[in-house]
Amino acid sequence: MKTMKYPTEENYYDEVLTIVNDKNKKTMPSSNSNAPHISVRNLNVYIQRNHILKNINLDIPNKSITCIIGPSGCGKTTLLKTFNRLLERSNEIKITGEVLVDGENIHDPHIDITHIRKKMGLLSQRPCPLPMSIYDNIAYGPKIHGTRNRKQLDAIVEKYLNAAGLWDEVKDRLHAPANRLSIGQQQRLCLARGLAVEPEVILGDEATSALDPISSKKIEELFVQLKEEYSIALVTHTLRQAQRIADYIVFMYLGEVVEAGPAAEVFNNPKEKLTREYLSGYFS
Amino acid sequence: MRRAEELFFKTLMILATIVILGSLMMILFAVVKRGLPAMNWDMITKIPSGGFYIGKEGGLLNAIAGSLFIVIGSTFLGLLISIPIVIYINIYLPPKSFLADLTRLSSDVLFGIPSIVYGAFGFTLMVYFGLKTSLLGGIIAVALLITPILIRSMDEVARIIPKDLKDAALSLGATRFEIIKVILKQISPGITTAILLSVGRAIGDAASVLFTAGYTDNIPTSLSEPAATLPLAIFFQLSSPIPEVQDRAYAAALILTFIVLVLSLAARYYSRKFSKNKI
Ligand SMILES: Nc1ncnc2c1ncn2[C@@H]1O[C@H](COP(=O)(O)OP(=O)(O)O)[C@@H](O)[C@H]1O
Ligand SMILES: [Mg+2]
Repeated sequence: MKTMKYPTEENYYDEVLTIVNDKNKKTMPSSNSNAPHISVRNLNVYIQRNHILKNINLDIPNKSITCIIGPSGCGKTTLLKTFNRLLERSNEIKITGEVLVDGENIHDPHIDITHIRKKMGLLSQRPCPLPMSIYDNIAYGPKIHGTRNRKQLDAIVEKYLNAAGLWDEVKDRLHAPANRLSIGQQQRLCLARGLAVEPEVILGDEATSALDPISSKKIEELFVQLKEEYSIALVTHTLRQAQRIADYIVFMYLGEVVEAGPAAEVFNNPKEKLTREYLSGYFS
Repeated sequence: MRRAEELFFKTLMILATIVILGSLMMILFAVVKRGLPAMNWDMITKIPSGGFYIGKEGGLLNAIAGSLFIVIGSTFLGLLISIPIVIYINIYLPPKSFLADLTRLSSDVLFGIPSIVYGAFGFTLMVYFGLKTSLLGGIIAVALLITPILIRSMDEVARIIPKDLKDAALSLGATRFEIIKVILKQISPGITTAILLSVGRAIGDAASVLFTAGYTDNIPTSLSEPAATLPLAIFFQLSSPIPEVQDRAYAAALILTFIVLVLSLAARYYSRKFSKNKI
């Protein structure tokens, strides 16, 4: 088991970890012939000595939508943030176990962190446009990765605004500030911005929860289109949404993965009592 | 009862507002009343001629130029010091960092130190390095004086940058160095406010330039020459027993007020222009 240590940490958890065993090991059956895009192996995350994620094992299959569901506070956001290593920005974090993306352990100390993040587009709960124009929001990513040519940038901006279904709405005001857009448009802009760095995976954290139903539906439709080319992992706040778009479901509860599998199986025939109760609205 | 309570506090607030606005008006009135008659074209286009303490000839161009040089130089120098500090404690250090808190505490303490101490400190430095009173000395002393103000007011804005914004930029594969541009854009209104506050402090402060920039009747042509400043011009002329010379002090105060007004308006205009793209 690989262990990451941060300077502020002592070896406090090593003892704890020897006690934790693999009794919860659950791996998703991959219906795809492809290998899973992200594999999580024995992942444990501690924040300020609280055990937040407990021995997580799961796969995010290639080119499909995996929805992570579970009551709030169960660790969905934390899980998503470990995928692109955004978690470490906070204090006192300790991560053990592996997150493999394309077979590469992203917590390997030798790995280039920007390379990992570039592979994953993140869509947060509230859209968060950069404080610049619509055009520059999209061009920002490609620019920092070395595209300087104006014509190329123009083409990228058009392509990804189109991909996010926003081009027709904004093509006449590309240089207007991004924050003038409506919230729903901003979220699609953020999606386009993420796509413009050519990621392989799209991560969404309750990406539609701040949006009106129509914008929300647009984003959902985009996800369904995008799964042809990308692997998508979404934290969803509504079961309905998961039912509409998920190919796979991961149900989490109190930092553990309770059940994971193809959506139809989990919804129609949950194996665990807890899953059944959650799906029937017994608790939320 | 609750109505009476509300009425009481409302009256109190209105009174406080009146006191503040009233004092401001009275000061402005005094400055305008005595300064305006003494104002003339010579005042802002000529340097003093013939014995400054007794003379009524010539103008204040030496002090106007000196003040502007010092304000511009020290603001520039102050930003050069404070922006990297603000970026460092807000982007590079983790959210709950001891070093960041220490920096904030130090700049709070430095903020409260009287400007004469900065003047004295600057003077000690100059003696140590064998410098005479000079424009450069004044710029350095005033830069020290305003750096805590710059740090503190930019930090206030930088601290409330949503974590999501940093995460958004980072998740595009940006390094921490590359997100600085985004952060600077985001805090640009804070930078403007910081500059405004520190310009106000820098241009009006007499004590820090007293030993460091010195005083002269001429416009400094290099960093190593002494420089006159408007606050000192006011101070020296007010100390004169001659009423005409005292009136010139009020004229200097009027010019000072006017410069602050113009700079404030300009800063507001530019901040609006540049922060168009702000969230
Ligand atoms: N930065 C943090 N500091 C302390 N505790 C945290 C932090 N982030 C998350 N947690 C804790 O981790 C748990 C899971 O949080 P989160 O992943 O946000 O849950 P979810 O997204 O499922 O609602 C919560 O109990 C929360 O209190
Ligand atoms: Mg969450």
